[in-house]
Amino acid sequence: MAQPKNPEKHCTYIPPESEKKSSKPMYDTPMLDQLVDGPWPSFVSGLKRLAMNNNMMVDLMGQLEHSYNTRLGYWKGGTVSIFGYGGGIIPRFTELMGDDGEPMFPEAREFHTVRVMPPAGMHYSTDLIRKFSSTWQKYGSGMIAFHGQSGDIMFIGTDTDNIQGFFDEVNEYGFDLGGAGPAVRTSMSCVGAARCEHSCTNEQKVQRLLVNNFLDDMHRPALPYKFKFKVSGCSNDCVNSIQRADMAIIGTWRDDMKVDQGEVKAFIKSKSRKYVIDNIISRCPTNALSLNDDDTLSVDNRNCVRCMHCINVMTKALSPGDDRGVTVLMGGKRTLKIGDTMGTVIVPFMKLESDEDYDALKEIAENTIDFWAENALEHERCGEMIDRIGLVNFLEGIEIDVDPNMINHPRISSYVRMDTWDEEVDKWNQRKAAV
Amino acid sequence: MTEKAKPRTPIESGVPDGMQYMHPVYLKNFGNWKYHDRPRPGVLHHVAKSGDEVWTVRVGTHRQLGPYEIDLLCDIVDKYADGFVRFTIRSNMEVSVTDESKVAPLIQAFNDAGYPVGGTGNSITMISHTQGWLHCDIPATDAAGVVKSLMDELHDEFISEQMPNRVHITTSCCQINCGGQGDIAINIQHTKPPKINHDLVANACERPSVVARCPVAAIRPAIVNGKPSLEIDEKKCICCGACFPPCPPMQINDPEHSKLAVWVGGKNSNARSKPMFHKLVAAGIPNNPPRWIEAKDVVMQILHAYKKDARDWERMGDWVERIGWPRFFELTELPFTKFHVDTWRGARHTLNASTHIRF
Repeated sequence: MAQPKNPEKHCTYIPPESEKKSSKPMYDTPMLDQLVDGPWPSFVSGLKRLAMNNNMMVDLMGQLEHSYNTRLGYWKGGTVSIFGYGGGIIPRFTELMGDDGEPMFPEAREFHTVRVMPPAGMHYSTDLIRKFSSTWQKYGSGMIAFHGQSGDIMFIGTDTDNIQGFFDEVNEYGFDLGGAGPAVRTSMSCVGAARCEHSCTNEQKVQRLLVNNFLDDMHRPALPYKFKFKVSGCSNDCVNSIQRADMAIIGTWRDDMKVDQGEVKAFIKSKSRKYVIDNIISRCPTNALSLNDDDTLSVDNRNCVRCMHCINVMTKALSPGDDRGVTVLMGGKRTLKIGDTMGTVIVPFMKLESDEDYDALKEIAENTIDFWAENALEHERCGEMIDRIGLVNFLEGIEIDVDPNMINHPRISSYVRMDTWDEEVDKWNQRKAAV
Repeated sequence: MTEKAKPRTPIESGVPDGMQYMHPVYLKNFGNWKYHDRPRPGVLHHVAKSGDEVWTVRVGTHRQLGPYEIDLLCDIVDKYADGFVRFTIRSNMEVSVTDESKVAPLIQAFNDAGYPVGGTGNSITMISHTQGWLHCDIPATDAAGVVKSLMDELHDEFISEQMPNRVHITTSCCQINCGGQGDIAINIQHTKPPKINHDLVANACERPSVVARCPVAAIRPAIVNGKPSLEIDEKKCICCGACFPPCPPMQINDPEHSKLAVWVGGKNSNARSKPMFHKLVAAGIPNNPPRWIEAKDVVMQILHAYKKDARDWERMGDWVERIGWPRFFELTELPFTKFHVDTWRGARHTLNASTHIRF
C-alpha cells in the first residue's frame, strides 16, 4: 500500500508511545497484528488506538488475541440494567480465568454493550456523532459500532458502574435504549423518502409510530421472544424486512406505474434495443412488459407485481404510481428453531395517508403482539407460531380476513374437514359486496 | 463514597425523529425525488422534482469506530461536505453534498485517510457484520477478522462496479446466523455434539427450557453422577448449538470441529424473483484465524464463476436458478455430496420432480 500523505490523519495511524494514556503495557498480539495490513481499514489499528487510551481496551486486546489462539470465545451474559428498564444492555463478563481463579485480563472483566436506538433512517449530524463519542469516552471504552444487525448503535465496552451515568447523559440529549431479550426490538427503515425516488411511504414515520407505541414491551422484556419491525419503502426491501422482521411494512402502489416514453426512447438510444430486451423486457417476472416497434414501452399493469426490476434499471423513464400504500408481511426470521421462515402477506395493500390509516396499522401490530404474547410458546417467534397453528387460526386471532394474495397456491392436500364451506362462501360474498 | 442520589427516571423517548439530523436537501425534498444515476462507483446522484441535486459518496468503514476514526471521518465530512452522515445497514457511511464540484475532493480526502469509496450498484459491498469473539457470548469464530480478511481481498470489487449485479456477503459466528441471508453467507457449522459439564448444569440451566429448545428433541433430563443434568442422544443431535445459549455448560464450540460452511443465493429483494434463502454449497472449511484463507478461497472461487458466467442484473441466486445447480457445482468446481440434499421439514419440495435436466 502506498505511504499515506499525512500519516497522522490516516486509518493506519498508531500514536507514538509518548502519547500513551493507558497505564498497562500492551500485550503482544501476533495474531491480531496480521490483520493490520491490507487495503481495507483495520479494526485492529482501531483497537490499538483505543488501547493507547484506556486499560480496559489493553486487556480486551489481550483476551481477543487469546481467542484467536484458542479459537474459543470467553464472554458470558448476566444481568445489568439501568433504573426503570429491564433490557437494552448486553452484559458481558469474562470467563477467562488464570490458575488463581482470577480474570486473566482483569481490566476487561466486565465489558458490557449498551444498545441505543439511532435516529430513524440512521441520519446523523457530525455534531451528534462527536457528542456520542465524547460521552462514551467518559463512561466507556470509546468504541462504538454503527450499527448492530438489528439497527442499534452499540456502545461496546463498559462496566456495571458506568452504565447508568452513560444512559442518563444520552437520554438527556434525546436518546433511548434499544431492545434486548424477549422484547420488541430496535427497528430499521431504509433511506426512503429522504433520498430515494422509489419510496412509496413515509418509512421513518411508520418506524417511529410502531416502535414508539411498544416502548413498554421494548424496555421491560416480557414477551415470548423477540419481535422486530422493519420498514422498506419499496419491494427492493433494502432493510431485508421479509426475511428478518416479524412484521415487515413495505411500500407499494396499486395504480399504473409511470412511464416517460421520451426517456424510454433515450434509454434505448444510449444502451441499445438488445440491452433493453435482454435486461428489462425479458426479465419481467410476469411478462408484463412489451417493447413497441417505435421504441415505446407497453405495460400490462394488471399483471405487474411491483417487483421494481424495470424501475431499478430505467430510473429516469419509470417510476411507481401515485396511489401508494404498504403491504404488510409477518413471520420472517432466521434458523432457530424450526428453520428459516419468510414473512407471509397479511395485508396485501393499505393506504397510509390519514391519521386513521396509521391508527389502523398500529392496531394490526397491537392485535398481533397481543395474540402472539397470549398464544406463543416460550422462545417462539411469531412466524414459528403461525407455522404451528396455521395461518388461518392466526388470521382469526388478529381479525383479518383471508385473501388469495396470502398464498402461492391453494391447498394441495385433501385431508381437511370442510363442513362449514357454505358459511365461508357467504363471508367471501359479503366481503365482495362490501367493497 | 457519598450517599447515592435518588435514581433518575428514564425519559422513554423511543426512536428519535430522523428529520432533525438530516441533510437539509433531504429534508426539503422529502418524498419528492425524481430519479437517480451513478456517475462513478461509490457515488449516487439523486435529482429531486424541485430540480435540486445531491451527490452521495459511500464510504466503507470497519464498523467499530473509536474517537480517532470518528474525529478523522467527521473532520472530513465537515471540511469537504455539509456535516451530515447517514449509515447504510451494511455499516457504510453515506455523505452527501449539493455541489458537484465537492465530490472529487471529498473522495480524495477519504482515500487519503485510507477509507475506500464504493459499495454502490453492481459492486461487492461491505460484508454484514456481527460481533464474534469481541463481544458475543456464544461465538465459534470472530466476525471483524473474517470481514477484514475478505474485504482486503475484495477491496477492488468494492471500489468498482464490475459484478453482474450487487453482491451481499454475510458472515455469522454461530448457526443462529445474525449475519442473515446473503448472495454468499459464511457461517459456522458445528460438527460434534456439545460437551456437557454435568457439574454445572443443575445450577446454570433451566432444564425444561433447554429440552424445549432442541429442534430434534435429542435432549432429555438425566441424573449424572448423582446430580440433575441433561443428556443428549448423540445419534439424533444435529450439532446446531441451540442448547448452548440457554445452557452454557453444554459447550458446542470446538476449535477443531466447529467448521465454516458457505451458502449461496440468498436474496432479500423482490426484484425479478421473489426473495430467496441461501443454500449450502461448501462445508468442512477450517475455522482458521487470523485470515481464514481456506474460507476466502471458496468465496473467491464462487465469485469468479459468478462474475464470468452470470448475465447483467442477475443476482447470485438468479444466476443459479437459470443455469441450474449441477452447472453451479461444475463451474465452481466445488464437490457435491449427500449433505447437500436437504433432510429438514419441507425437504421433499427441494427435490427435482421433473425431467428438466441440462446436459
